[in-house]
Amino acid sequence: MNTVKTRLVVIGNGMAGVACVEQILKHAPQFEITVFGDETHVNYNRILLSSVLAGERSADEITLNPLEWYQKNDIRLRLGVRVVDVNAELKTVTGDDGSVIEYDKLLLATGSSAFKPPIAGLEREGVFAFRTLDDTRQLLERARPGVKAVVIGGGLLGLEAARGLQVRGCQVTVVHLMATLMERQLDPDGGSYLAGKMEDLGVRVLVGRSTTAVVGNGHAEGVALEDGTILESDLVVLAAGIRPNVELAYKAGVRVNRGIVVNDWMETSDPDIFAVGECVEHRGVCYGLVAPLLEQGKVLAATITGHKGPVYTGTVQAAKLKIMGVDVFSAGDWSEQHAEPVRFEDRALGIYKKLTVRDGKLIGAILVGDTSDSHRYMDWLRSGTDLTPQRRHLLFPPPAADAGLDIAQMSEGATICGCVGVTKGAIISAIHDKGVNTLSQLKEATRASTGCGSCTGLCQEILRAVAPDFEEDGKKVLCGCVPFSQDNLREILRSQRLKSVQEVLEIYGNGLGCEVCKPALSYMLDMIWCGDHDEDRSARFINDRVHANIQKDGTFSVVPRIRGGVTSPDELRRIADVADKYHVPRVKITGSQRIDLLGIKKEDLPKVWADLGMSSGQAYTKGVRMVKTCVGTDFCRFGTQDSTSAGIEMERRFEHLYTPHKVKMGSVGCPRNCAEATVKDIGLVGQEGGWQVVVGGAAGKSVRKADLLITVETTESALEAAELFFQYYREHANYLERTYDFVERLGIDKVRKDTVYAPEPMRLALLDRLQKSKAASHDAWLEGQSPVNPTQFIPLRPIESVPS
Amino acid sequence: MNCVEQPAVSPVEPRWIRVARCESIPPREGRAALIDGREIAIFNLGDRFLALDNRCPHQSGPLCDGIVAGNAVVCPLHAWKVDLETGSVVRPVNENSCVRTYATRVEAGVISIEA
Repeated sequence: MNTVKTRLVVIGNGMAGVACVEQILKHAPQFEITVFGDETHVNYNRILLSSVLAGERSADEITLNPLEWYQKNDIRLRLGVRVVDVNAELKTVTGDDGSVIEYDKLLLATGSSAFKPPIAGLEREGVFAFRTLDDTRQLLERARPGVKAVVIGGGLLGLEAARGLQVRGCQVTVVHLMATLMERQLDPDGGSYLAGKMEDLGVRVLVGRSTTAVVGNGHAEGVALEDGTILESDLVVLAAGIRPNVELAYKAGVRVNRGIVVNDWMETSDPDIFAVGECVEHRGVCYGLVAPLLEQGKVLAATITGHKGPVYTGTVQAAKLKIMGVDVFSAGDWSEQHAEPVRFEDRALGIYKKLTVRDGKLIGAILVGDTSDSHRYMDWLRSGTDLTPQRRHLLFPPPAADAGLDIAQMSEGATICGCVGVTKGAIISAIHDKGVNTLSQLKEATRASTGCGSCTGLCQEILRAVAPDFEEDGKKVLCGCVPFSQDNLREILRSQRLKSVQEVLEIYGNGLGCEVCKPALSYMLDMIWCGDHDEDRSARFINDRVHANIQKDGTFSVVPRIRGGVTSPDELRRIADVADKYHVPRVKITGSQRIDLLGIKKEDLPKVWADLGMSSGQAYTKGVRMVKTCVGTDFCRFGTQDSTSAGIEMERRFEHLYTPHKVKMGSVGCPRNCAEATVKDIGLVGQEGGWQVVVGGAAGKSVRKADLLITVETTESALEAAELFFQYYREHANYLERTYDFVERLGIDKVRKDTVYAPEPMRLALLDRLQKSKAASHDAWLEGQSPVNPTQFIPLRPIESVPS
Repeated sequence: MNCVEQPAVSPVEPRWIRVARCESIPPREGRAALIDGREIAIFNLGDRFLALDNRCPHQSGPLCDGIVAGNAVVCPLHAWKVDLETGSVVRPVNENSCVRTYATRVEAGVISIEA
């Protein structure tokens, strides 16, 4: 048997090269594969760099193939080595480290580089391209609030870079040589709608302007335009197009035009050299988008493994701008020569749509402001469907009475994910065969929606229609004012070091905010910065401005803290005196072993608090409510643990802190559970020789028995377990998500792994952040004596008295 | 549909009344003032002050205690949303009731309202 494997050398560790290797591995393991990558990272999703810049994803999140993948597939990976020569006669490649290795087959996947336009001063410090993870990191290091940035080039990449820099707080101007933004994808009308949207986001756009030089003294200080204008700028990003990297192909002696010329089987002029991706020219076209790379890779894999047959005939060019809130889609040939245009536009809504139809078939589409139909159009473009019967509904499909109808109408072979090439049929079989129920499982199983992500909505719809136990991934956006998921927002606030609600709204939202997002953002900022944020009371609900619970008549209720439900005659006397003095209309024992004074006027609150001499019970807020306790070993003849002291201590450790939703706790001295600890957010259940710590219980709107977090021997260990869970909930739950929903969403298994079973550094870090928050917190009722503003509790008294 | 302005309770000619210094109302917050027996809520929108009756048409909630959302305020009791410029109810939609608004002006750092 012949065990000598064919040596395949791949130059280029980008999306095209590696995707092609993935396809080759599917065919046969007959190759000994070496991959050269001049970057020092494993293969990542280059089209998502803009979302790394914008803080929507971390660098790790865009990794496509981790190191283990290379190891598992026996691929030799030479990272950080640039191939400097190819000798097609000796069949060797030479690396810049001096290494020479032989190949039997060579795959050129060298990609492209940023085009350097004839502009003086591009060598100055502060000028960057935006092509690689390293470029992105360098931009991230420099992009700070107040930095002035100029992006040269208003194409897809330039605009995405501009938005990324702008969300980092930079003042960004885009200078575009042509009169139309994204002129390769948009007609002049579409371009002007897009320019308006960019301006609305706060990015300045200059079109039809030529850049002549980057000026400055060593470091970039400004960008000079042809008309003499100088744009001040500390940071310049070059995004004026790309050029295929063809130097090695020249050296190898294969035919090169604009790119490396390949035929329909992806062969070059040398029978042992192949090329794929942005470096190639196929039928006169060089592609710079992701879908063609993957289609080419499939064909190439068949050819190179001896299954020559499938041909690549070109790809319908389609592009989608990945800027949140600026929806742009373009595909095919949208020029109006020899085609019938079908248009719709609405300036006020910022929506522009144009389709071009020839011989009853769709040949091109432009969508700005609303790209929800892009998949339908892509499907029509690819399939060449005769549109004559639905000519009246091209732009506005009649509403489907049945929500699943759109999905049902789609053929099994219809492509859902254009980037990775996943069909509806493939998704449905993944759902049935692999038990896929969530989008993340679907991504894992099929890689659908791991490319540009624009098919996410469609994937969700299919899951919803087909998967028996479909579950949302919890990625719902917070609200229309800041259209990001809460996970996403927490990451953004952290990475961007944003500290005030208004700042977040200005940069990431509509600048206004509402009663939904403002309190949520207030919570997140307080939690993330452990109390060291810019507190903005206007973003808080009235209860958190005056630290009392508003009632139906506009008066307030006051619930002083009575830790563990244990009080004293002295406290009770003071409460009674207050009730008399302020004519409190109702004094009520609450369900939580506390006392509620109802019907107090706002302006009386500070005096009431002072007279009570007790601290706030936080009965009005999404915060730490109380610990309900039983009498435990002190008095009870069944008690096995001192549940009263433990409960009081737990309340002391958590009180004054804000939480995603209210947190009610319980502590009981024996499994008789007299203080109902097993239906509390956090419960301590004493037993002979130790405690059970339970979490996620509920006895309100929902009823749920708490899950066991851990069983421990000492009270201190029980309190520490409670602290770990408490802080973990604070950091990971969505605002207004009670512990019972949170624990159920994550699963108690995961909660345990991330808290009590987490590695020590993680546990210490959780406890440390809790301590910091605790140290920065204070009894809110102290504001009665030192209000945050003079009219916090009192109404305005007109300067001028009005005679009635 | 436009809401119908309720007739003024007092038959007296409206006049300008100096109410408070600008800094007594923090940005994006509201405060109530008792003027001529009526409770009026005044809001600081950063670039201007807007005034309207301090009663939500739904169940008389104190609008001055609401969260400001752009040009509107959200009542703290049941989240009805009232446009501060026009006094009309924006949420629930198709709700025609409305709140009386008052003109405001600022002179020498003092807010006056016409009531």
